[in-house]
Amino acid sequence: MIRKTLETRRVDRRELLALFGAGTVAAMGLSLAGPAFADAKATDAAIMKATGGKTATMGKITLETPQIAENGSTVPIGLVVDSPMTDADHVKTVHLFADGNPNPDVASFHFTTMCGKADVSTRIRLAKTQNVIAVAEMSDGSFMMAKSEIKVTIGGCGG
Amino acid sequence: MKKAYLGVLTIAAVALVTASYVTKAYAADYGRYAVDDRRSGYTYATKETQAIQDDDFENPAMIWVEDGEQLWKAVDGNANKSCSSCHKDAVESMKGVGATFPKYDAKLKKLKNLEQQINICRTERMQAKPWKWESNQLLAMTTYVRHQSRGMPVNVSIDDEAAPFFAKGKEFYYQRRGQLDMACKHCHEDNAGHMARANLLSQGQINGFPTYRLKWQKIGSAHRRFRGCNKNIRASALAYGADEYVNLELYIAWRGRGLPVETPAVRN
Amino acid sequence: MAKTKARVKTPKSVKKGEVFEVKTLISHKMETGQRKDKKTGNKIPRMILNKFVCSYNGKTAFSADWHPAISVNPYMAFHLKASESGELEMAWTDDDGKTVKKTAKITVT
Repeated sequence: MIRKTLETRRVDRRELLALFGAGTVAAMGLSLAGPAFADAKATDAAIMKATGGKTATMGKITLETPQIAENGSTVPIGLVVDSPMTDADHVKTVHLFADGNPNPDVASFHFTTMCGKADVSTRIRLAKTQNVIAVAEMSDGSFMMAKSEIKVTIGGCGG
Repeated sequence: MKKAYLGVLTIAAVALVTASYVTKAYAADYGRYAVDDRRSGYTYATKETQAIQDDDFENPAMIWVEDGEQLWKAVDGNANKSCSSCHKDAVESMKGVGATFPKYDAKLKKLKNLEQQINICRTERMQAKPWKWESNQLLAMTTYVRHQSRGMPVNVSIDDEAAPFFAKGKEFYYQRRGQLDMACKHCHEDNAGHMARANLLSQGQINGFPTYRLKWQKIGSAHRRFRGCNKNIRASALAYGADEYVNLELYIAWRGRGLPVETPAVRN
Repeated sequence: MAKTKARVKTPKSVKKGEVFEVKTLISHKMETGQRKDKKTGNKIPRMILNKFVCSYNGKTAFSADWHPAISVNPYMAFHLKASESGELEMAWTDDDGKTVKKTAKITVT
């Protein structure tokens, strides 16, 4: 092996393809044996649990997410809920889900009228390309929802 | 004969104009993060990643800078000294220092990098134990010291005694190695700006090291990166602090001459 | 090893009624429980910060529940409405129930 690396021999095309191919198959095998990812059912169940069975309507929430995540380990996301945050009309909680992670739960943010704004930023882990879903519980008992797809690239020569 | 001569002149003129246009355009696009055709890794990162680096509070690597600041003042070793005993306030004494490493050491008769200099100070002046490569303390101190050069241009010497080591580093850069039989230049010179599977290849500059890599979820040294690169092309990773890597570090630093020190940078 | 370091950033002073941003960053491995030990093949047990509470002069103003999908060295920014001068206290709690606290003074004009 060491002799081979010292001889600056050109790797011919067939060998290179075989090496890359072997690498890809190995990588695929690994991902198949890896953690099971959440499916749509698990995510829907998590959302149902958060809303107590009520249906959430799309709207009022703005999700700020990158289109493509540089790295799935640290994906900056922001969310803002359009609400005056008064005693009469405010956001109680926003639940965040990721429908392609081993576990769909990401975080729950609990607000009070002392917040002034329901505006939170954080960094999350995404195992692969998937949707980030925000579900907001409003003070009147209604639920709002927003969804955003984030592409996560895996596999390269990152070192 | 005359026609051919004119033809060559025209091609040369067009090439010259195009070249100057291209290099001007680079600086216009990337501001201080590019010098001529040399681009910092910052310019290849997404704007979200750049935003994390740009904010000293949001940059998790600044935790190591804070740690380094504490270590600077801490007494350690049998000589009962701290870094500050000799070097006083790092903000003043270390300004510009990190930008000049690696450099030739007359006693060692070879190059030394910043990590090695720190350990030389610890063992010889403080009579303290050297810090292990890639330990949190060595990373913190290296980051803290190099951070004092932030914004200043990379300014390494490749002349006089450093010249033969620079030549060795350059040779390493262009030498094929590993099962994939590739040299550094194949990715970082020939294909900077292109994709290697899902990764965007940069010029492989080290002006931001030690760097917080999202992949590592912590700060890491240039040698850690070299080892990773070597493993990626199925070559043996050399030891941290290996002479070959220190020589390579000088060559790669020179490749980024004039780029601003960004320590601690944030990269993929 | 390296002890958990927490940082808080708030504006120096705010006007009464103004809504301001609070930024927090804490160093923590956020071990998900999914990773396997390379040598033994066993799963490394989960150990994350699972709760964050911000109190404004002793009253809970904002809190969060974190799951393993929150990144290592968690960063979180949120907003508060300036009422009276006083103290903001951030508290992070891990799976073992251990809490790290960091306070910041707030001046309301």
